[in-house]
Amino acid sequence: MPFYDYSLASGLLCGILFGYILESAGFGSACKLTAQFRFSDWSVLKVMFTAIVVAAVGLYALSSAGVIAYRDLYVPPAHLGGAAIGGVLIGAGFAVGGYCPGTAASALGSGRWDGLIFMIGMVVGVALFAAGYDTFGAWVNLGTIQTERLPELLGISEPVLLALFALLAAAIFWFGSRVERQQGGALTAEALDAR
Amino acid sequence: MKEPTNVPRPFWPPLVAGVALGVTVLFTFLLTGNGLGASGAFARTAAWLGGESAKTNAYLGAFWQNGHPLNNWIDWVVVGVFLGALLSAVNSGRFRWKLEGAAAIGTGQRIATAFLGGVLAGFGSRIAAGCTSGLGLSGGATLAVSAFVFLALFFVTGIVVSRMMPKGE
Repeated sequence: MPFYDYSLASGLLCGILFGYILESAGFGSACKLTAQFRFSDWSVLKVMFTAIVVAAVGLYALSSAGVIAYRDLYVPPAHLGGAAIGGVLIGAGFAVGGYCPGTAASALGSGRWDGLIFMIGMVVGVALFAAGYDTFGAWVNLGTIQTERLPELLGISEPVLLALFALLAAAIFWFGSRVERQQGGALTAEALDAR
Repeated sequence: MKEPTNVPRPFWPPLVAGVALGVTVLFTFLLTGNGLGASGAFARTAAWLGGESAKTNAYLGAFWQNGHPLNNWIDWVVVGVFLGALLSAVNSGRFRWKLEGAAAIGTGQRIATAFLGGVLAGFGSRIAAGCTSGLGLSGGATLAVSAFVFLALFFVTGIVVSRMMPKGE
């Protein structure tokens, strides 16, 4: 493993599961998604961190068992400058437009046509990047370091790092839920209808 | 008054959604060798719409190297995300045909913010070579350094910029 199955069926299956879960979490709604940035709804951080911990622990367990090897998986290269600039722009885009690329598709699926407008904007954004590729292309590789993964960079063993991430996730749930209660609770599907 | 059938079912608790998403990311890695993503599909859409001028572009030309740009796994994922969300929304009574946020800031301004946000995200996703799902979530699952740099800047910028946005958006 892995199977390197890039067929249409594989893509649709992974996408349908992804979209079903995003909508079920409430991530087809710009109001709910952006409420995270105002700290009134912590669902984005809670779901994201839980998913990262679950998948990371799963990958670690499978690699320890010899089922998979990280070198056979796609680990994003450590272009830290590019990742930082992209993080700033996508974070700004999320605050302004209410979505990121995946959640925009989920929004359109749940009937929010601002998701479609966001997607049209993304295509225009890519076109601008392509038009100025002579300049912007170099930004992609800015700040590249050779160490791709955190355990090697920090010199912390993988199980310890995963345990720290799990603790961090638990802390996010505890603290986030506390703040949510003070602000009247996370946004419900019914509350969104009233908007 | 809303009909009883129109009452939406509650969202999943974040822990349930997070575990389900984590298992799906893991499953995707086993099936394909990479995690979930989305932004690549919009780059490929730009390459397709750009036609002849995209084929000669230093960046978009690469997407024409192996046949039609849209004939790619990442495009099926985004089509799947749309279908999965549709299935979930209809199934749970949460499907609403609306321009979300327009009630708070007006239709014209909401169209403008959705478009501008998309432009920023589309442009940014090409510099990061990924987005919240491809780099943040899937890269995070492999404990990639760049994923956590991305996520930190994503959240900090989101918090700062949302303070400048009109309320209710």
